[in-house]
Amino acid sequence: MTGTTGTPSTTALGSELLDIADRVVAQARPGEQVEAFVARGGDTSVRVYQGEVEHFVSARSEGIGIRVIRDGRTGFAYAGTLDEEAIGEVLAEARDNVEFGTVDEWAGLAEPDGVPVTDQQLWNDELAEFPTERKIDLAMELERLTLAADGRVRIDDSNYADAYGEAAVATTTGIRQWGRENGCYVTVGTLADDGSETQTGYGFSVGRTATALDLERAARDAADRATRLLGATKPSSRRTTVVLDPLVTAQFLSVISSTLNGEAVVKGRSLFKDRLGDEIAPAFVHLVDDPTNPLAYTATDVDGEGLAARRNVLIGDGVLQQFTHNSYSARRSNTLSTGNAIRGGFAGTPGVGALALQLQPGARLQAEIIAGIDDGLLVQDVTGIHSGVNPISGDFSTGAAGLMIRGGALAEPVREFTIASTLQRMLLDIVEVGADVDWLPMRAAGVSLVIGDVTMSGV
Amino acid sequence: MTDLIDSELVERTLAAALRTGADFAEIYAEDKRSTSVSLDDGRVEQVTSGRDRGAGIRVIKGDTTGFAHTSDLSAGGLAAAASAAAAAASQGTGTRTVALGPTQQRTVNDVATPPETVPKAAKVELLGRIDDAARSAGSAIVQVSAGYGDSRKRVLVANSDGLIATDDVVRVMVRISAVASGDTGMQTGFESMGHTVGWEAFEAGSKWHVDVEELAREAARQALVKLVARPAPSGAMPVVIRNGTGGVLFHEACGHGLEADHIQKGASVYAGKVGELVASPLVTLVDDGTMAGEWGTLAIDDEGHPTQRNVLIENGVLTDYMWDYLRSRKEGRAPSGNGRRQSYMHLPMVRMTNTFVLDGTDDPDDIVAATDHGVYVSHLGGGSVNTATGDFVFGMREAYLIENGEITEPLREGNLIGNGPQVLRDIDLLGNDFAMGNPGTCGKDGQGVPVGDGQPTLRVKSLTIGGTAG
Repeated sequence: MTGTTGTPSTTALGSELLDIADRVVAQARPGEQVEAFVARGGDTSVRVYQGEVEHFVSARSEGIGIRVIRDGRTGFAYAGTLDEEAIGEVLAEARDNVEFGTVDEWAGLAEPDGVPVTDQQLWNDELAEFPTERKIDLAMELERLTLAADGRVRIDDSNYADAYGEAAVATTTGIRQWGRENGCYVTVGTLADDGSETQTGYGFSVGRTATALDLERAARDAADRATRLLGATKPSSRRTTVVLDPLVTAQFLSVISSTLNGEAVVKGRSLFKDRLGDEIAPAFVHLVDDPTNPLAYTATDVDGEGLAARRNVLIGDGVLQQFTHNSYSARRSNTLSTGNAIRGGFAGTPGVGALALQLQPGARLQAEIIAGIDDGLLVQDVTGIHSGVNPISGDFSTGAAGLMIRGGALAEPVREFTIASTLQRMLLDIVEVGADVDWLPMRAAGVSLVIGDVTMSGV
Repeated sequence: MTDLIDSELVERTLAAALRTGADFAEIYAEDKRSTSVSLDDGRVEQVTSGRDRGAGIRVIKGDTTGFAHTSDLSAGGLAAAASAAAAAASQGTGTRTVALGPTQQRTVNDVATPPETVPKAAKVELLGRIDDAARSAGSAIVQVSAGYGDSRKRVLVANSDGLIATDDVVRVMVRISAVASGDTGMQTGFESMGHTVGWEAFEAGSKWHVDVEELAREAARQALVKLVARPAPSGAMPVVIRNGTGGVLFHEACGHGLEADHIQKGASVYAGKVGELVASPLVTLVDDGTMAGEWGTLAIDDEGHPTQRNVLIENGVLTDYMWDYLRSRKEGRAPSGNGRRQSYMHLPMVRMTNTFVLDGTDDPDDIVAATDHGVYVSHLGGGSVNTATGDFVFGMREAYLIENGEITEPLREGNLIGNGPQVLRDIDLLGNDFAMGNPGTCGKDGQGVPVGDGQPTLRVKSLTIGGTAG
């Protein structure tokens, strides 16, 4: 969720969902803490294939999640509707579920902490009113541009998607917030053929308005990524320096952030749990979680518990500065919430996680970095992050595809190999952070990242 | 079942969906109640009750599909969704009435004890036993988390061809994860079970009974074993995969590539290969949505068609792909019962159900003994595939070195990588000990659906191990 109350107009806008949340909270009984999270949202997705609309999906959903805490026990229930009768049932179920929780001295809802909300422009009427035909046009245009970019390219699918959401959270502890946001993106998946084999690529562009989308770039990226892998072979096994493409770096950062998660720390599951204040990366590495930067696709005003989102330095000058916390993990760690409660919608209770990660960029663009590498590998794609990376043990192993770097230039394409190391070593082995920050439709920004001494496994 | 939406309203909704001149309309309605319990750090964190109810309306005109959904199952809510879907699919006009046939209903799973009839306290107590069992497996076990979930989903699917079918899908599942800590850091173990049956899965004497304490000890054992694991090797070598743990290999190496949507777009290495030898003649691959009690089992698929047992590869020869309504219509053939969706909020597409390889003839011990040097994988993790290139990866959660025909040292985790068509040809030994594996969730185009898999012990002549040791 995002946004907040403040001006009279937004208060009026958010009043419907806030009213629902208020009515639930008002039913709290003595000794109960009650939190109501009410959300409504929708998205449109257009897929085009060979100049025709393949599908047009218009989705809307709404629902409520209610948390009740009494005597250190927590119960939760949700329903995918805002029907008055269903809400009554949800509250009754959440209350009933309290009986079965284990007493937890740290259980509790967030409390207002006085941190002011950074005002951000996360809602655009221009996008909300963007006509359907134009959405279809964009997906069609992207398909045309991509096909025109290279004669060897076919399209798997060309898509336009947008989403909006509004949410309200209110608690008996004095939290009362509402916010809304919208955004859009285009993606295109490509296939490139050279007679004997097929390779794939993708391109995308994200924005808070449709006019901010860069279709040319998405088309060019998608065509380049597929065609430059044509003729790729399986490389021999070796250790080498790798340059991670921005999207790959973003995936890597997401894994790193799960090791810096306060909940994992208090439950003994983080490999950095005893390392606060230690140098875990070279001094030029600064990893920041900053949801108040409106350039980030996941920028937000408030976190999943209704506390102000804020800028947190996780790794500064290579030193582990702090973990991310929601109010529960903070209470257990005898510290304060960092505003990192994450909520996957109304059907769940808030966890902990980074909201909008970014590595502080360096001075050189990817091409300049590559020009300085005598022998290495540009990693364009990784697969199997979910199956081959274990953030608890630190083992890192993923499938990869990319291009070898020889004598400062991109050389032959390679595929069907893995890259492996450990998360601890990879952080220490960072050689350079690029200048090419790329805002992605995920919780981490991309940037080229150079890591030394990674094992490539191939033939 | 008639109480989900009455058939007169279904007919009216379908007719409204056809009002812009489309040639097909479908309604998928569900009402799902679920209960889950999470335990972590020795505490029952919370019991969650959930209710999801709504309908998705799909309208097809030519090659264009329009889709809209609503959580409002009243006449007004359905009419609004029908008109949104109709407008998205087609700009014309038309009038068609829809007359539904008799409601089709079939039972593939026998549910003895519906989970909603079981007290929440029993579900909480189950996790308590899991926690105790995992922690008592060794003093190095420092953390345990476990989850229990059950759901009951009533479904109604109807379309403008007059089809109307209903289903009542019950699921129970448990997942357990254990962390062990030692001199070399922390290691993890994971186990899970899931069946399309009721609470009898936890009752001794039932044919579906799973001993969850044994499962917990198994998760703990995996974590403990890896405390002394050495880095996995790097490079290509023979890999033996234990029975009932490696079905994901086929799910990724060829299952996705046999889905008709990828085939029709020429985005699969298996396009145009029906009738050709695509695998070792040892391999017969089946996708079967009718296996009673299994995680990927459904009486009807999410387009209302009965699920089937479909032979995809027979003795190495590609026999057929998997089909949903849209892709089979294009081809003028019958669907194969593989149209699935995550929920009423999603469009159906071609998906697997339970995908498995039939028994071979080798003794599993002989397979290891016949391997001079390689890796023995006793638990695979998840995987993923690029269907257009056939390159796929999957994780090894628990693995060992094979040296001189014997299983020796445990290895740390990593991914394996291979190319589907090559790996299928490289299966050179196939055991006679078929078993189904853990319940899985298959992700495709942003949708997750429950799937099952299975295989006997087998050997792949050469796969690349993504470790760090030379």
